[in-house]
Amino acid sequence: MRFVAALLSVLLFALPAAAQDTQDEAAENVNVAEPSLPERIEIGLSTETIAITSDFSGVDLTIFGAIDNIDPLVQRQGRYDVFVVLEGPSVDLVTRRKARVLGIWMNVDSQSYTGVPESFLISSTRQPQDATDLETLARLSLGVGQVRLRPDETAANSEEDVREFTAALRRLKEEGGLYQEFPSGVRFISQSLFRAQLRLPANVPLGRHVARAYLFRQGLLVAQTQATLDIRKAGIEYQLYRLAQDRSLIYGLASVLLALLVGWLGRVMFRRD
Amino acid sequence: MALYLPIAEMSVNIFVLLGMGAAVGFLSGMFGVGGGFLITPLLIFYNIPPAVAVATGANQVVASSVSGVLSHFKRGTVDIKLGVVLLIGGIAGSTVGVWLFSILRDLGQLDLIVSILYVGFLGTVGGLMMAESLRALARSRSGATVSLRRPGAHSWVHKLPFKMRFKASKLYVSVIPVLGLGLMIGGLASIMGVGGGFIMVPAMIYLLKVPTNVVIGTSLFQIIFVAAYTTVVHATTNQTVDAVLALLLMLGSVVGAQYGAKAGQRLRGEQLRALLAGLVLLVALRLGYTLFVVPDEIYSISRDLLQ
Repeated sequence: MRFVAALLSVLLFALPAAAQDTQDEAAENVNVAEPSLPERIEIGLSTETIAITSDFSGVDLTIFGAIDNIDPLVQRQGRYDVFVVLEGPSVDLVTRRKARVLGIWMNVDSQSYTGVPESFLISSTRQPQDATDLETLARLSLGVGQVRLRPDETAANSEEDVREFTAALRRLKEEGGLYQEFPSGVRFISQSLFRAQLRLPANVPLGRHVARAYLFRQGLLVAQTQATLDIRKAGIEYQLYRLAQDRSLIYGLASVLLALLVGWLGRVMFRRD
Repeated sequence: MALYLPIAEMSVNIFVLLGMGAAVGFLSGMFGVGGGFLITPLLIFYNIPPAVAVATGANQVVASSVSGVLSHFKRGTVDIKLGVVLLIGGIAGSTVGVWLFSILRDLGQLDLIVSILYVGFLGTVGGLMMAESLRALARSRSGATVSLRRPGAHSWVHKLPFKMRFKASKLYVSVIPVLGLGLMIGGLASIMGVGGGFIMVPAMIYLLKVPTNVVIGTSLFQIIFVAAYTTVVHATTNQTVDAVLALLLMLGSVVGAQYGAKAGQRLRGEQLRALLAGLVLLVALRLGYTLFVVPDEIYSISRDLLQ
């Protein structure tokens, strides 16, 4: 139950930028409204993989980032907003619904979805709807309610049913901790450096995750970037998992052998008759 | 202490699983059954995915049956010939069962069928056993001798062709019901994750009229092979055997079984059967409850396995 904290470190793009700021301060006082260069956003992951070991029970993930060519006046007014999204690998899912048939509760109808992100964690400087307009949030999938869930059109469900299935899928993902918002998870630690905090749940999906960062200036998207993060099993668990997947016959035979051995040992150790 | 299960893909408490194994082992040692019918529902109650619970339950049954059968070999209470014929049917049944298992899982009806089978079989077997043992208890109280075997009473089972002689069981019976019984148990074993002892034992006693002293040894003997075969087939077709989970359960159950066997020796046969029947009925009721009561959540998500 040791609390594994994977700390992802800083890419210090900010240092040269900060030095430049002090030099240009005089010039900026004269000409504030017209920034010379467009802002850029960078995020840094000190590690490209997170290994899940046998005591994994979720982990706090910190992503550091920096903004280049920041406009100090806008920053002082708190008009820069940052979103950091960590999206898990996409899979095809089925949502099923139970109903009572002859007194028994059973799955009666279902709806398939293609390319559903298995996890979606979003951290931002403030509530998404306060940072920019809903249209932009929807276009960039910024928010649990904005994750794009594409229902399979071939199913014979009515439009209303599809809506209910989609809502249920989103709700179940949210309840399972796999879709989460951290509305004040991003904090500026200096004028141009920020820190985004996310909580990876214990059931975080394995595979390639994509971290995306967006910079908004006065509600308008001005810069974005992305990085990848591999989450995989480590140690003996991973070896067992790979064995079960790739060499399933050997794995099955080994499981049986283990059972025979334990059964026999139990008999030998406790022989009383 | 938390432990991450590689196949079930979840964190579990190591002591809960060891305790679960020990409790089931205690009961299986006491009653002379494999305990699969208790392990699989318990794992499902503990939120292990049913597909993993069933396949891993089969693996655990191998260990507890080996422990049990060794002492029966020593006492010479195993009819190997009868066991092998049952086994031939069992392997065929298990193959069909695992195939059905994958289809049901893809259709999203696996949990339902597993629950219905459990409720149906446990309810029936538990009810019959309870009635029989209560009658026996009443009779023994009034002083009459109790015998499960009535050699004179031949049923339709004994009129079928292709007869075969089973010396150790002092039995001359058609192979059709023997193969059929094996087939049915094999199929159930792979869908329910049980060895099938709780159905096999009464069926051998009441249907085939096998003497009670050979029944448990023979049933355990063939269950080892059916459960081992089921484990391997589940591992190769569904990749749902969790070896870490199975090991924890086995360790618990092997230890528990020793104490259970000792406790069992202090009770009389019909008392044991009444207790076992009560236990079986309780599991059936608990599973039946989830089938009939309005669920908290009517929606569920699963991976799309058909595409």
